[in-house]
Amino acid sequence: MRFFSIKWLLLLVCFTGLLCPSFAAGPLSSAELINRANEYDGRMVTYKGEAIAEVMRRGDFAWVNLHDGDNAIGIWAPLALINEIVYTGSYKARGDIIEVSGIFHRACPEHVGDLDIHASSLRKIESGRLIPEAIKPIRLKQALILLGVLLLIWISTLFSRK
Amino acid sequence: MILKPGKKDLKAIGYYLGKIIIGLSLTMVVPILAGLAVKEISPVLDFLISMQAGLLTGVILIKLCNTDCELNWMQGMIVVSLAWIAAMILGAIPMYLSGHWGSYLDACFDAMSGFTTTGLTLVQRLDHMSLTHNLWRHLTLFIGGQGIVIIALSFFIKGASGAFKLYVGEARDEKIMPNVINTSRFIWMVSIVYLIIGTLALSLIGIVGGMKPFSAIFHGACIFMAAFDTGGFSLQSQSIFYYRSFALEIATVIIMILGALNFRLHYHIWAGNRKEMAKNIETVTFFLSIIIVFSIVAIGLSQSGVYPKAVMLFRKGFFQLISSHTGTGFQTIYSMQFINEWNNLALVGIILAMGLGGAVCSTTGAIKMLRVGIIFKAFIEDIKRIILPEKVIVIQKFHHIKEVFLEDKQVRSALLITLAYLILYLIGAYVGMFYGYPFLKSLFESTSALANTGLSCGITSSSMPVMLKATYIMQMWAGRLEFMSVFTLIGFFVAALKGK
Repeated sequence: MRFFSIKWLLLLVCFTGLLCPSFAAGPLSSAELINRANEYDGRMVTYKGEAIAEVMRRGDFAWVNLHDGDNAIGIWAPLALINEIVYTGSYKARGDIIEVSGIFHRACPEHVGDLDIHASSLRKIESGRLIPEAIKPIRLKQALILLGVLLLIWISTLFSRK
Repeated sequence: MILKPGKKDLKAIGYYLGKIIIGLSLTMVVPILAGLAVKEISPVLDFLISMQAGLLTGVILIKLCNTDCELNWMQGMIVVSLAWIAAMILGAIPMYLSGHWGSYLDACFDAMSGFTTTGLTLVQRLDHMSLTHNLWRHLTLFIGGQGIVIIALSFFIKGASGAFKLYVGEARDEKIMPNVINTSRFIWMVSIVYLIIGTLALSLIGIVGGMKPFSAIFHGACIFMAAFDTGGFSLQSQSIFYYRSFALEIATVIIMILGALNFRLHYHIWAGNRKEMAKNIETVTFFLSIIIVFSIVAIGLSQSGVYPKAVMLFRKGFFQLISSHTGTGFQTIYSMQFINEWNNLALVGIILAMGLGGAVCSTTGAIKMLRVGIIFKAFIEDIKRIILPEKVIVIQKFHHIKEVFLEDKQVRSALLITLAYLILYLIGAYVGMFYGYPFLKSLFESTSALANTGLSCGITSSSMPVMLKATYIMQMWAGRLEFMSVFTLIGFFVAALKGK
């Protein structure tokens, strides 16, 4: 009876997957894009990731790197599109999560062989934020204990010299 | 009969090791000050703990082993090999405390990779790392590149005879100045002058490329340290690819080549003897080797059709080639692209470039150009001996700062070190194959580790087997010290166990 119900559940999942086109049109991962670069070369793709480091403006365009957890991929986008990006990932901030659609290039002719995406649309999925620095009290204690021991050795050296 | 090491040996080793550990610990003042300046308090605490732990260890060693005797050759070699292990253990503490490494072994892997100027990394979430920790990663390259022992030589060790033994133990048998302490100071001076010029150039390129001024200067300084010391760590997970700048790639190529040249050659160029550059056996071999190996890579890439235009092929192929030949390890392609897109011939070209390396008395690893040049000259000499009449006396000379007659002793030494490298490249590859990786991929990663290059085709990751991590750590260490100090250390342990 249990086997029977699992079988039907699996069939239902497969059937729903076949009917639903958004399964194939969802964002691709960086690993998929890098490992199957030939397949996606010159095609419109959707990719999602955290904006990292900084947005590098070059004339009317800018480079922004989106990291999806495995790798970061460079996005070449018009300035008008990147205005939405407020936070970029660093030690002090979590970057905006951005979904970008555009043409994927395995070896971009405009950028002399770079693997990149030329964005035609860009959407902020989730806003980033500043990360408050957490200081662990145990670290402070460890530092103070070590300082105390070092001072003791230094003082004992002074006495032994005398 | 093997002599068991005595208390005197242990005391001398412990005393000098203690001094080197103190020197290394004090270098952590730099990230501490930087951390305070940018208000990164938690990383500052990581470095305070690490520095104090190092100082404590150093002071205890000096107190326990207090001696005024000078080092002999065996002791010097052992101090050097242990100093690099101590540097790894100490340098890994702040890394591990940062939480960006999966385990202490992973942090040790990166610390050894940094000090040996390899550049392979197991770091996680690099794009979210603090400036303080990133500065330390790059500082390890700078410290290791100039030579850990050189720090101690420059500032802490007074006796010139003991200092020379440590200097040689660190695989630098060439004295630039008559005195090794002055030589060490010259190496530091050259490096700091280049650091200022290189950082300025890279910062300007960064600002023009759309980076904020502070960020451009910090990135410029770190890229310089990683390029000149042929280390290859980077501030972003995409390595040099992050910057998307042809100009930055060209500047980096120039700095990598400067870093791969002999410091002695730098001295002669600084002194106005520019002709030395064109005559020196190392530079001639280096540039010939670049032409030959780049031809192999270019043929491979054009066969695979991975880059449809010649300019693309040159940009990607030449950068990766210089990065591998100088032992730097910067990448402008993703690791997986080596395997997915480059064909076997292009990969073999890169492996060959990594295996050959740069100049002796530089920050590169691998077989090195002087040895390749000497072996080639010896080969020519032997062919001449066969072709010419028996009565003819064949004399082979080469130019390395001065005219040198080729002797069997030099050829033997060059061949032995070359053979040791070739055997260890293969052993590392076999360990990789043992864990199921294909031969070429394993050879690529093994060569990269032993030659202190740092390019990766995807094997190096925090999820790779522990034994493979340990193998690469050993390879990086042995490769940087060019085996002699490591063999002496092994001999020392054997003597301690079996000696009388």
